[in-house]
Amino acid sequence: MRAKDTLGRSGERVAADYLEDKGIRVIDSNWRCPSGEIDLVALDGSELVIVEVKTRQSRRYGDPLEAVTAAKLRRLRTLAVLWAREHRHVIGALRIDAVGIIMDGRSAPSIDHLKGVA
Amino acid sequence: MGRALAVALVGLNGHVIEVEADIGQTLPSFVLLGLPDAALSEARERIRSAAQNSGIPLSRRKITVNLVPASLPKKGSGFDLAIVMAALEAAGDVRRTGGTVFIAELGLDGRLRAVRGVLPAVLAAIKAGWKEFVVAEPNLAEAELVAGAKVRGYGSLAQVVADFDADPQDLVLAVPDGPPAAAGSDDDGASAGEQAPPDLTEVAGQAEARLALEIAAAGGHHLMMVGPPGSGKTMLAERLPGLLPALSDEEALEVTAIHSLDQVRRGSNALIRRPPYERPHHSASTASIIGGGTGIPRPGAASRAHRGVLFLDEAPEFDKRVLDALRQPLESGELVLHRSAGTAAYPARFQLVLAANPCPCGKAAGKGISCECTPMARRRYFGRLSGPLLDRVDIQLQVNRVQLAQLSDAGPRESTDQVAVRVKLARDTARERLRPFGLVHNADLTGRILRGPLRLPPADTALLDRAMGQGSLSARGYDRVLRLAWTVADLQGRPRPCADDVGLALTLRQRGEGL
Repeated sequence: MRAKDTLGRSGERVAADYLEDKGIRVIDSNWRCPSGEIDLVALDGSELVIVEVKTRQSRRYGDPLEAVTAAKLRRLRTLAVLWAREHRHVIGALRIDAVGIIMDGRSAPSIDHLKGVA
Repeated sequence: MGRALAVALVGLNGHVIEVEADIGQTLPSFVLLGLPDAALSEARERIRSAAQNSGIPLSRRKITVNLVPASLPKKGSGFDLAIVMAALEAAGDVRRTGGTVFIAELGLDGRLRAVRGVLPAVLAAIKAGWKEFVVAEPNLAEAELVAGAKVRGYGSLAQVVADFDADPQDLVLAVPDGPPAAAGSDDDGASAGEQAPPDLTEVAGQAEARLALEIAAAGGHHLMMVGPPGSGKTMLAERLPGLLPALSDEEALEVTAIHSLDQVRRGSNALIRRPPYERPHHSASTASIIGGGTGIPRPGAASRAHRGVLFLDEAPEFDKRVLDALRQPLESGELVLHRSAGTAAYPARFQLVLAANPCPCGKAAGKGISCECTPMARRRYFGRLSGPLLDRVDIQLQVNRVQLAQLSDAGPRESTDQVAVRVKLARDTARERLRPFGLVHNADLTGRILRGPLRLPPADTALLDRAMGQGSLSARGYDRVLRLAWTVADLQGRPRPCADDVGLALTLRQRGEGL
């Protein structure tokens, strides 16, 4: 596994823990299909939450959340439907969140959670 | 919400712009609304880097900036500082900025850069009732010219936000190293403009031309010189601004405001005190002379010569349209330019000096034996100078080559300062006399006044009356001679022109009939 993917994976774990702390139940992670990948799938009450996690080691190249593009957000919407069909989940309400994480490996990671970004 | 003030310039007119910034809880982006032009749209990129590098990064959320009123087109980079201050206030990083007008461009390193047009911008904001200003350090001298303005100049964004109560711990307060501020193309460091004008002592001989120059300076008369190459037309024209009195406070501010749109003026040279001198080349386009450009038009040479001298060397070589475009400012003292993005009015009350060769080949002086031009070519040459334009040129003078005896004559010659004293006195006399008519210079006198309240006794105008009776002088020419006669009298310290003054005035415009 390449270094950037390792960082991404550990970021996703940090994000999952953070969401669970906030009472958002993570039900799936790193779900893949030919159309793309969903980092985290969670339930906030009855609302289905698709979470995009971006992890960086520093802000030197900008904020991690800046890397979440409009195209990616559109794709997540499609992926949400595909995920729901595969898992026979009936979508009542759908929300897309973004989590930006800075992990420099020395201090505790900084977590920036944005709800309903698209 | 964050708010800060900036100024949008349309020509010399400034409008105070309210910059609103709002931060939305969504993914990072930067939206700029309110008719920004290309340079202003790029502010988004400059601002994020500048804030980051100053140690006070912008909010990592969506920042929406609106420039109010949104319908007014805004151009240039002078809004950068106001936008970043509004954004920082919206994020709670600085205390209230309301009431302060910010005018500066940002470098990526957080340095504040000077912009053009600071003087008219500050003037407009003062007129609109705002008193406090923040500008880039190099603009400080210029902004402080405005009475009543409380101006602070800074070197970097970090210094500005520190004064607006940002947390000083993270700020990068040192002004970034780098090339001196003059590196920017907008920053010409205008120092060359104020050197001492050339002096009249350098002019040998040319007694008649010297007199004409003195009369032109005293009465504000436009001047045309016709003479062969090398007869000193340019030399004489260059010395006219030196004869004009220094600009009054009000005039100086007007002139500086126009020049401020062209270049950043700094230090003790910030205020233009000498009447400006512009000598555009004869290949100049209409836009470069009267002003123009895309969007909001910029001032041209005619406006830069406001309260000074506009010298057109080789006048008949200018494009006919350029010459005719000068008729509007000669008439009204103002140039009104209409373009898609707005209308700009620039003052252009200049003294026109035209120079021409006697013919296209320039050899028709004296007996003109060696001249190779056909009569047709000579007619066409002067035909470019239209009647309406020459109508406004009171003095039309033949300039001859200097003779050897005059050139080597080492006797004392009058200096510019000596002549300027007489010019000043004559101007003051004229001003007093013309006050009831609302005029300043003898050149502004109309025929109605000349032949009405200022009518001269018939004995003194006998020479003119005879010339007119013979048909060698037109009614318009009659008035022009009278205008000149009044200036001659002012220079002589006479309360009104005598017959000799009228006679002298008549000789100063003989060329006009022959052209």
